[in-house]
Amino acid sequence: MSFDESHGSPKRPSMRTPLGRVRNLGAAHAGTSDFWRQRITGVAMTLLMIPALVIIMMLLGRNQVYAAQTLSSIPVAVILLLFIFASVWHMKIGMQVVIEDYVHNEKLKLTAIMLNNFFSVAVALASTYAILKLSSGV
Amino acid sequence: MLGRNKHQKPPMTARIERPLSPHIQTYRWTLTMALSIVHRATGIALYVGTLLLVWWLVAAASGPAAYAHVQAFSSSIIGRLIVFGYTWALMHHMLSGIRHFVWDLGYGFKANEREALTWGALIGGIALTVLIWIIAYANGGGR
Repeated sequence: MSFDESHGSPKRPSMRTPLGRVRNLGAAHAGTSDFWRQRITGVAMTLLMIPALVIIMMLLGRNQVYAAQTLSSIPVAVILLLFIFASVWHMKIGMQVVIEDYVHNEKLKLTAIMLNNFFSVAVALASTYAILKLSSGV
Repeated sequence: MLGRNKHQKPPMTARIERPLSPHIQTYRWTLTMALSIVHRATGIALYVGTLLLVWWLVAAASGPAAYAHVQAFSSSIIGRLIVFGYTWALMHHMLSGIRHFVWDLGYGFKANEREALTWGALIGGIALTVLIWIIAYANGGGR
């Protein structure tokens, strides 16, 4: 009689607990979608790093008029929007992993995860709004 | 004694023998362990540092007075140190992350390979940071 014929042999006991088999996807209550998105956004930021650095270099030591003019050009605005979108998504997932690893009190953990979401969305919206405002020239 | 039955443990709680591993302090401190923590630390620093990015963009959209505040900060000694630290955190986290992509693809797991990748991320992160700041100063960042 075996509890778990699909995992290991009787000589090599399964690492999974009976509770783990019942609850499945672990403490995060989700599958691998965050792992995959973390990789997509990481690759995206790596590809966007050189264009993003070039934009920042272009604006070093320049005044607001020049900065506003540069940031409102379509390629610059799109590169920065992509970079911000990838960064915020990446950092939201990363911080959530840190919280889930170190915060063991359930209520505190859920509060921290909520604050993480609020912060990340606020960063994304504030920067996006600023770029769109510059682009629309209002 | 019927009343005692509800306090008895259910019969299906037999413990399954499974391997256990000792906690982190048992192990010799290695480069990959240290850099794993640095990867997290730089990630957390970059997370907080996005406030600088937001401040910069919002100031640019707000007008000359707000933008002058950002420039006053970024040209001060403390501001330069923070932005220098931010540059290193970004470059290090990026190279350390590329190291993780290599591992995700199933390469670089031999002892000498993972050491080489980790030294590469550490040295490369510092080198890129210095290079970026040399270009920035050459490009008029010292104004």
